[in-house]
Amino acid sequence: MKLKRVRAIAHKEFLHVLRDWRSLGIGIAIPVLMLFLFGYALTLDVDRVPLVVWDQSATPQSRTLVDAFNASRYFTMLPAVADYREVERAIASRRAEIALVIPVDFAGKVAAGRGAAVQAILDGSDSNVASFALGYAEEVVGGYSQKVTVELTRRLGLPAVSGALLKVEPRVWFNTDMESRNYIFPGLIAIVMMVIAALLTSLTFAREWEVGTMEQLIATPVTGGELILGKLIPYFAIGMFDLVLSVLVAEFVFRIPMRGELWLVFASSSIFMVGALSLGMLISIVTKSQFLASQIALVATMLPAFLLSGFVFPIANMPYPIQVFTHIITARYFVVLLRGIYLKGLGLGHLYGETLFLAAFAVLILALSHVKFKKKIV
Amino acid sequence: MPEPQPQPAAAATATAPPPAVTLRELTRRFGDFTAVNRVSLDVARGEIFGFLGPNGAGKSTTIRMLCGILPPSSGKGSVAGFDIATESEQIKKQIGYMSQKFSLYEDLTVEENIDFYSGIYRIPGAKKRERKEWVIEMAGLADKRGARTATLSGGWKQRLALGCAILHEPPIVFLDEPTSGVDPVSRRSFWELIYRLAGEGVTIFVTTHYLEEAECCDRLGFIFGGELIALGSPAELKRNFPGEIVALECERPFEVLKRVESLPGVRQATLFGAGLHLTVERAEAIIPLLKEALPDQEVRLERIAPSLEDLFVSFMEARSG
Repeated sequence: MKLKRVRAIAHKEFLHVLRDWRSLGIGIAIPVLMLFLFGYALTLDVDRVPLVVWDQSATPQSRTLVDAFNASRYFTMLPAVADYREVERAIASRRAEIALVIPVDFAGKVAAGRGAAVQAILDGSDSNVASFALGYAEEVVGGYSQKVTVELTRRLGLPAVSGALLKVEPRVWFNTDMESRNYIFPGLIAIVMMVIAALLTSLTFAREWEVGTMEQLIATPVTGGELILGKLIPYFAIGMFDLVLSVLVAEFVFRIPMRGELWLVFASSSIFMVGALSLGMLISIVTKSQFLASQIALVATMLPAFLLSGFVFPIANMPYPIQVFTHIITARYFVVLLRGIYLKGLGLGHLYGETLFLAAFAVLILALSHVKFKKKIV
Repeated sequence: MPEPQPQPAAAATATAPPPAVTLRELTRRFGDFTAVNRVSLDVARGEIFGFLGPNGAGKSTTIRMLCGILPPSSGKGSVAGFDIATESEQIKKQIGYMSQKFSLYEDLTVEENIDFYSGIYRIPGAKKRERKEWVIEMAGLADKRGARTATLSGGWKQRLALGCAILHEPPIVFLDEPTSGVDPVSRRSFWELIYRLAGEGVTIFVTTHYLEEAECCDRLGFIFGGELIALGSPAELKRNFPGEIVALECERPFEVLKRVESLPGVRQATLFGAGLHLTVERAEAIIPLLKEALPDQEVRLERIAPSLEDLFVSFMEARSG
């Protein structure tokens, strides 16, 4: 391994990237685009669910409940309706995701301190939204009933019985405002890194074979290790540039809270980057075709990184064989790492397993690339 | 088939240095196809050796094996004393190789390409500047230093590629059809460079299918269908030509060709410029016969010395016929 050769190769690759707007585009424009696109669009929060109310009771008690819904940021009130047919229409036309039906005897039951039920009708065709909306509705109703209970006990002169007030109060850790973007964004950084890294390097060796420059190179004393390292350096620099960009966007555009240490983000990303870049390189070395290599790199990185990394879809909900399969998806570990650092402020003490796996993967793929690269034409 | 050359061990007397390149029964197969079939030859140090043959004859395959980038299927070869099968990395330090396809980086400038190969060959700082200036002067690229290589015309590209291949001053240079697709003037200046290198003691192994280039070589090997079918200096090859050549000038050579090729004593007839060249056993015997056979034509007949083209046409016809 001669430094001079590595430097010559790295310098040459830098020039290629700088002069080829396509690779510069893949390297910088695509990550930025992905960060903003997914940052804004890929939110799992169910906010401002359109709600329609059929208040059959029309009493001060029922109006207090409706007001509680009105005050909640989770719901948007549609004009009240007056019969079941209208409720049906609102749900069917998807104007409303949820309908609240307050029965005629609502006020009486509440005043008497007996249990009163309200009906929530949900559009199950989007089960995700439906379950969120139901949860929100239960929360609002729960708040209301607690208030009523407190008032009732006071009026009846009973001592405030804590038991009567007991209700499940979920407490959310780490992502206290349950902002799904906070959860998604660190994962998104991982996905962006994975995709661009493999795509960028998937072209390098294949291009030299296709253009014919490789034939010249392999007739020189240059070694495979020097070539691989020399080609790795500029793309690693691009990857790190993208990481800085991502961290800045996370901080200043999306205000993702950062509870851990920044250097850990960079350290773990470096390890991950080497693995992802080497994977692209390995694909390039094996296929010797730019088209094939970029297709394989996309399928081998983008799809698993999106679907199987736990970035959006929780791995725990996957069928068992697929759960097992996710263990070989490096993005999965990187997603866990970044979320751990960003949301939980975890240190290496908790994340060494994932870090070790990424390091082992990088070493393995680098070694494979080295073995697979032959200074021969066939 | 040429006589097998003496083994280098036998030839290594006190005076004769070992040859720069040796091939012994060198063979390369791709599946069922034999691209190079048991080729044996030696190239002496400082020699310009021309490897001649039509497209697909096995020239590039041979040169790639010698450069250590294609493993041979069988047989042996050595370059600068190193075995091509087992010591290819040592060979790569001793050679300059210019592949058939233009193989510099088109998006890099002239200087950047030179700098890249300087780095690859680890040429030290002071030497590096000297060699760079040498290449730029040699290739006539003084006012194109900063130009993207893609914008250079064929002749300049070729000279730059040669320059990059010999930056490290290798003792042996392999050139695979260096002048294909280059205009005649550029070809001429390219060959002047080759002479200059040879004058400095560099061994040149060059493939070509231009016969006028073949005349410039010290020795030639003619390869056809993967087999070496002639080997020697241009003069030797012509001297050993089996048969004689009669040049026939006439009005309508194509018509005449059909009539004369079946005559007894005419081994072969080929269109050649405005007339025909006939390969015959003995010119003296055939000329009166030809005159007789073509009473309606105003023909001029003359016995001439065979050219390389006559030679190779007859070799090829003999092989494929």
